[in-house]
Amino acid sequence: MSAASITHETVKELTDAAAHVVELCRAAGADASEVLVRDGNELTAKVRMGEAELVQEAGSRALGLRIFKDGRRAVTYTSDLRKASLVGFVQESVALAALVEPDELNRLPDQADLATSIPDLDLYDDTVADVDAAWALRQGIAGERAARAHDPRITNSEGATWSRSLGAVAFASSGGFVGGYRGSYASFYVEPICDEPDPENPKKRNGYWWTASRFRDQLEDAEKIGIEAARRTLATLGSKKIPTCELPIVFDPEAGRSLIGTLFSVANGSAFWRKSTYLLGREGTKVASDLVTIVDDPHLLRGPGSKPFDGDGLATRKNTLVRAGVLETVLCDVYSARKLGRASTGSAGRGIGGNPGPTTSNMIMERGTTPKADVVKHTARGLYVTSMMGFGFNPVTGDFSRGAQGFLIENGELTVPVSEVTISCNFDDLLQRIDLVGDDLDLRSSTACPTFRVSHMMLGGSSD
Amino acid sequence: MSSLQSAPFLPGGESAIDATIAQRLLAAALSSGGDYADLYFEYRVGADYVLEEEQVKSVGRGVTLGLGVRVTKGDATGYAYTEDLAWERMLHAAKIAGQIAAGGGSAQPQATHAVTTQSYYPVARPSLTVPPADKLALLRAADKAARAYDPRIVKVEASFTEAIKEILVVTSDGKMASDVQPMVRFGVRAVAEDGTKRQSGSSGGGGRMGLDYFTGSRDAEGHGKEAARIAIDMLDAIEAPAGDFPVVLAPGDSGILLHEAVGHGLEADFNRKETSNYTGQLGKQVASPLCTVIDDGTVSASRGSINVDDEGNVSSRNVLIENGILVGYMHDRLSARHFGVQPGGNGRRESFHSMPLPRMTNTALLAGTHSPEEIIKSVKRGVYAKRFSGGQVNISNGDFVFSLTESYLIEDGKLTAPLKGVNLVGNGPEVLRRVDMLGTDYELSDGMWTCGKDGQSVPVGVGTPSVRIAKITVGGTKA
Repeated sequence: MSAASITHETVKELTDAAAHVVELCRAAGADASEVLVRDGNELTAKVRMGEAELVQEAGSRALGLRIFKDGRRAVTYTSDLRKASLVGFVQESVALAALVEPDELNRLPDQADLATSIPDLDLYDDTVADVDAAWALRQGIAGERAARAHDPRITNSEGATWSRSLGAVAFASSGGFVGGYRGSYASFYVEPICDEPDPENPKKRNGYWWTASRFRDQLEDAEKIGIEAARRTLATLGSKKIPTCELPIVFDPEAGRSLIGTLFSVANGSAFWRKSTYLLGREGTKVASDLVTIVDDPHLLRGPGSKPFDGDGLATRKNTLVRAGVLETVLCDVYSARKLGRASTGSAGRGIGGNPGPTTSNMIMERGTTPKADVVKHTARGLYVTSMMGFGFNPVTGDFSRGAQGFLIENGELTVPVSEVTISCNFDDLLQRIDLVGDDLDLRSSTACPTFRVSHMMLGGSSD
Repeated sequence: MSSLQSAPFLPGGESAIDATIAQRLLAAALSSGGDYADLYFEYRVGADYVLEEEQVKSVGRGVTLGLGVRVTKGDATGYAYTEDLAWERMLHAAKIAGQIAAGGGSAQPQATHAVTTQSYYPVARPSLTVPPADKLALLRAADKAARAYDPRIVKVEASFTEAIKEILVVTSDGKMASDVQPMVRFGVRAVAEDGTKRQSGSSGGGGRMGLDYFTGSRDAEGHGKEAARIAIDMLDAIEAPAGDFPVVLAPGDSGILLHEAVGHGLEADFNRKETSNYTGQLGKQVASPLCTVIDDGTVSASRGSINVDDEGNVSSRNVLIENGILVGYMHDRLSARHFGVQPGGNGRRESFHSMPLPRMTNTALLAGTHSPEEIIKSVKRGVYAKRFSGGQVNISNGDFVFSLTESYLIEDGKLTAPLKGVNLVGNGPEVLRRVDMLGTDYELSDGMWTCGKDGQSVPVGVGTPSVRIAKITVGGTKA
């Protein structure tokens, strides 16, 4: 066991600390309170051009508090956990709540809804804690070297970064919930750079590839990541703008998964009660093509977004947002569910310094039946999008427009690399126009999707 | 409240750091053979107030305290931090950071001297010391003004955030600098509904000041009304065209385009590593001769201003591009050393959790000679870009994307229909070469921008006059 290890004792200690602060709140006059405590440590080791560039190593602990008094609430946080400071902090927090106007929905979750058991989702691997800076740097050196050796056209590098975080979270509420769990996460990135050969148009091209897991033995080999990063970077050489037109768009999962996040931003209880979503009133109706089913599953063993209980202290559960194109439900925390007159979906997220709000765990568009390669093969002419830039999405109207990079598809094959174009259409249309869904699915990240095709979108490019 | 203005590491505090203690920590940091070390103490108190549904729904308050220790050996950096200012915890962080240097002679820290700083944001009365009721009144005023603007306004959110950050930087080359950095930010968002049509609008601002922000032309009602106006105007928005068009940028906020399109590429870390599209371009024509671009950390009370950077260097006004010629980069200590120049006060970090990087402060494109009216009049068919929600750039090649939240079609020299949310996409150096008219109407944006880089957020300012760009790709939905 290394010094970085998060033990069951750490979790127990945090849980006890959280419960103790709940008592302090009671003593300070709070009607009810919730306490979140986090403890964790991180290691980041970055190599660039064969040399160590950064080693960052530290641990940190912080406490967040939500106080209820007379139907009013205050949310506070501190990283100053000295015993003497905490008492004053709790008293100030209780005083702060008096400033707020009463809201009858501002109260603890109903006791009957609180989680009664904490399932073990296999989220912690102690071998991640065994990694030291020297080993992490060697991974970086190996991965970056593989990328640079792959092709002489790889002329520079943004480096290779190995990082890990280990942590525990504990939550206690005066309503009777006390629980905690621990988790680990490790990732490795390689980011090579190459130069356009044309001296008339000197431009650099960058790319990356990565691996990540909660478990060390599930990380892919550093050299393999380096070579794939190099391959992806080289493929963008010669990228150019193409003329404005309407055409089919195939989303690589690496680009497509950000659209899953976009869907969440309009398919949650908070956006609903705030009327900040074009999906308002659309539950039970078609919001996507028949081929689309999207779930949020917090119980995936070892899942990057898995968690045994949510930010309100409720048990988490698998929710189906979209089934065969029909919007079944949106993700709610307790407060947004109350605003909408329904039950929480157990989807509350919570940072140290904030109120709970709906969040995703592992949000996944389920795989389809078309072999991944066939999605491109069946496209006579289109754009294969590998990455997107910018933030052009209006949740209220669904207007969607983002910068895109990728490859032209001609006769079912990727041909010319493309950059500096935008792809646009209303997000509602985008989801309804999904006409091919691949059979591939990679669960490295907590939002994930297969390769899929949108029958047509407007591409903004050059004017000829 | 009691905890305000009492950074425990400042003289008289519970964990007061004097030159002797700092030197002992720096000596420990350098003991493994590092050639430079610095200490960054930070104490931040912040609060936020949110009004929704005509009620103050939430108040929050947070305190952060910690020390970050950095050690460098050549271009390599070791970094560690602690939230506990007990001596043994600080010593542990210093030693961990020092491990980056494996062996070699150990340098001794130099005797420290206090860095003299100017005060670009004196605040007579920090907003954190003002009774909260005054701030809640501002939120209510904005809410009321937005609702009164038009009955079709169905939802208003208003927020006020405030913070004071106290820092102390001590370096092994003898600098000891401290600063008190206030910040306020006010924002309003309104949603308009008309039949099945829904739109939203936002307005906000702030800076390194107290509640004196709300004086003169800037008031809470004004922001409420402006957010409502945009939401209502956008109800009539039409689909934007797709393709290449002349674009006129409105003064002020459009500086975000400059920030993304050229600012990041001129941060010297990317040039030190030769990964920026501006690498090796010093002394060359990189923009239209009309363009002079500066980064100025000394603008009075601006959101991006700093008296001293997070490495103990005083801030300054740095010229980056002069009449189209690239004349300088923005430096942190590492890059200044690499390029053999004086650090210009651009070494910034989000908090004690992170190492400093070259970052922008207030980045500005200086005014030109055309009246804003004649610039708009000169465009037969194009887009007038007024408000942005954000942007992003690929540093390596300068490709960028900006999202417009308020824009208008220009037809025959006149602003006509408002356009639905749309992106501008292009390449930084190319766009700067295509600048062919600059207005006399330079404006600094009202303080609301936050810049992200390597996962670190810092407050920044941006500014421009009206700008005409001969051609830029508009990502609309209409062919």
